Amino acid sequence: MTDHDGTRNPDRYPDYDVMSKQFSPSWNEVTRKVVHARLAVPREPRFFNQGEWDTLQAVCARIMPQPATGAIIPLPAYVDAKITEKHEDGYRYASLPHQGEAWQRGLAALDQEAADSHGARYHLLTPEQQDALLQRMQDGKLDCSAWQGMPCKLFFEHRVIADITHAYYAHPIAWNEIGFGGPASPRGYVRMGLNRRDPWEAAEAHPGKEAHARRENKRVG
Amino acid sequence: MPMRQYSEDEAVDFLVIGTGAGGAPLIAGLAEGGFSVVGFDAGPWFRPLEEFASDEQEQNKLYWTDTRVVDGANPMVMGGKNSGKAVGGSTVHFAMVSLRFRPDWFKSRTTLGYGADWPLDWREMWDYYTKAEQALKISGPVVYPWGPKRPRYPYRAHELNSAAELLGRGAEAMGIRWTPTPLATVSAPRGDSPPCVYRGYCRFGCSTNAKQSALVAFVPRAVKAGAEIRDLAMVGRIEVDSSGRATGVHYIREGKWRFQRAHNVIVAGYAVETPRLLLASATDRYRDGLANSSGLVGKNLMTQSNQAVFGTMQQEVRWNKGPPSLSLTEHWNYDDRKDFSGGYCWMAQGPLPVEWVTVQTGSRGLWGQKLIDEMEKYNHQVGLKMVGEMLPDERNTVTLDDEVDQYGLRVARVTYSWGDNDKALIQHALSQMQTSLEAVSATDIFRQENDTNHLGGTARMGNDRRNSVVNADCRSWDIPNLWVCDGSVFPTVGGVNPSLTITAIAMRTVDRIKQMAKRGEL
Ligand SMILES: Cc1cc2nc3c(=O)[nH]c(=O)nc-3n(C[C@H](O)[C@H](O)[C@H](O)COP(=O)(O)OP(=O)(O)OC[C@H]3O[C@@H](n4cnc5c(N)ncnc54)[C@H](O)[C@@H]3O)c2cc1C
Ligand code: SF4
Repeated sequence: MTDHDGTRNPDRYPDYDVMSKQFSPSWNEVTRKVVHARLAVPREPRFFNQGEWDTLQAVCARIMPQPATGAIIPLPAYVDAKITEKHEDGYRYASLPHQGEAWQRGLAALDQEAADSHGARYHLLTPEQQDALLQRMQDGKLDCSAWQGMPCKLFFEHRVIADITHAYYAHPIAWNEIGFGGPASPRGYVRMGLNRRDPWEAAEAHPGKEAHARRENKRVG
Repeated sequence: MPMRQYSEDEAVDFLVIGTGAGGAPLIAGLAEGGFSVVGFDAGPWFRPLEEFASDEQEQNKLYWTDTRVVDGANPMVMGGKNSGKAVGGSTVHFAMVSLRFRPDWFKSRTTLGYGADWPLDWREMWDYYTKAEQALKISGPVVYPWGPKRPRYPYRAHELNSAAELLGRGAEAMGIRWTPTPLATVSAPRGDSPPCVYRGYCRFGCSTNAKQSALVAFVPRAVKAGAEIRDLAMVGRIEVDSSGRATGVHYIREGKWRFQRAHNVIVAGYAVETPRLLLASATDRYRDGLANSSGLVGKNLMTQSNQAVFGTMQQEVRWNKGPPSLSLTEHWNYDDRKDFSGGYCWMAQGPLPVEWVTVQTGSRGLWGQKLIDEMEKYNHQVGLKMVGEMLPDERNTVTLDDEVDQYGLRVARVTYSWGDNDKALIQHALSQMQTSLEAVSATDIFRQENDTNHLGGTARMGNDRRNSVVNADCRSWDIPNLWVCDGSVFPTVGGVNPSLTITAIAMRTVDRIKQMAKRGEL
């Protein structure tokens, strides 16, 4: 198993938590419902089998590395949920199969590629080996028989990258990380100009002023 | 509000398929003109105040996400952020930018030497633009810097956000004009609409009803005037009888196929679904689809180039506040000193996080820690995005694929390749936008080379039945009681966002239909 070895940067917006606004005028009822449902996504696979799940977990951990401790965005669960709940993209490249089938084929192919080059399944490789395979996928250089003609580059761009990164940035933990104000209805915003911030937005820690930002962020609500 | 309902056996005067930028003004205008009208939409009838979340993913429910197959040298990204499936159509999620065409574009073949002429006169259109701007209570600047004189916008312009201000500073440094954008969201109360609160989720539905979408501005008018809006009703086929007249439509609602009779059928389903439906309604007599004796149904598909340039500012920009495009410059729509045909404008940007990560991954190929580090600069990003004119080309098409959708209907295949002129225009725009960002000291500048939006052209209007599908009144040449009135009728797309033009044409069509009815010409 690979470790999650990402560093979540808590320093830019220290102690900012977009969820502290959930009962403020920035969140309407339907937004609360939607975000709560997202946080409660089932953590066990409903579409993928155990073998595919191992590989998917390893891929997610490389595409969006997360810290080993603390709250984590359950990315494989969102990939599974998108397929299980039939959230379609609305278009499909003529050479890519539908999302579920594309993922199954792609994950199997990744395991096959790992076995061919390192003699082990993908999730058992080192992070460097895993990244190298993903890089070759992005460059369109993987073509073992398990791909069955599916272009690995398109799979990388439109399934791996899209499904994993979209799930990441739809999550409140990611909003905290980038200082995004998050839901904003009905309150919206008032201060629109450069370097202006409404009291219900994340405060950025400028060098030497970290304590100030921390204090401001505790008041966001 | 109580709504009138029509029985299926009773032929209504007008049956309109699609309730978006083209459909809704027709439904409202024809009902107000005394006709019996039913408007069909495949999508749901949302109540924004109760049903719109401030959430990018949830609001994907506004979009047409049934499968479309894409191919060609530059396959188009469809689905989310392309077109809508809801009462109100794509205007429910559109960015509200409401611009007039440059007058010469209505005769671009004759006056500018490219594309195709429209059968419409710009002076007449100028009046309909004014009517459309009034109907939508556009908030805009006191003086608009380009084109012939126009009346003042009904509502004052919105306050600029910092992204819009940076566009202005960049333009001034380059010596070109810019303006606050005329927008279809109110800057002061109007009826049930409160003023815009600058929440910035416009492309995911406006949860306050400040946005003057077709859903807010036209649908209530339509219902009040006695029209019926039939939601969640997907039309699969237009029926034509042996005398060559449309008799009604087959549609599926609550899992059951039904038939609604009508004296006239107007298709306003968007530039993809409109040709799809005309092609799917082929009969023994019309083997290539309805209204297709010219062979042009589904051909000359055009999109607008939507490339962008992004950079990082030292200051906090927080570009997600307010409507995304609060300022713009149309300089290159009116300056012809360039070595390609067509024009473009560019406008300020404010993508939300999921949209933004799509740009970062799509344009720079980032993933892993590098991506996370870049995304952290979110509140310091700035960007400019073009809306550019792509030229008509018969090889760009909407055809029927063999795959079927959840209703058992063949899905659309969308084939697209850029031409040399399109590429030259895009490169010109990218370098201009880059210069503008450099002028405001943005750093880490990069380009988004691949984005397109705003489709049109697949049932073009014209003066000659041999090279167009409908005439200036949006009436099909082949079947006198079959009409097409949406973005599909555009012979060229111009270098500004299309909706105001679609709405103006629909309002003109209402007037023309009323006149024809009076003369017994329907
Ligand atoms: C993210 C985004 C931002 C945009 N921003 C702007 C902007 O700022 N300014 C601008 O001018 N334009 C903008 N546009 C483009 C604009 O919204 C569209 O060009 C315009 O709405 C198209 O109008 P239409 O009448 O052709 O189709 P639509 O408004 O899409 O309406 C078509 C309707 O028909 C229904 N329909 C289709 N087929 C069937 C069928 N068979 N049976 C029943 N119903 C059917 C659909 O469900 C849909 O509701 C934007 C588009 C997007 C995606
Ligand atoms: S910024 Fe204005 S128009 Fe956009 S969603 Fe908010 S209130 Fe509606």
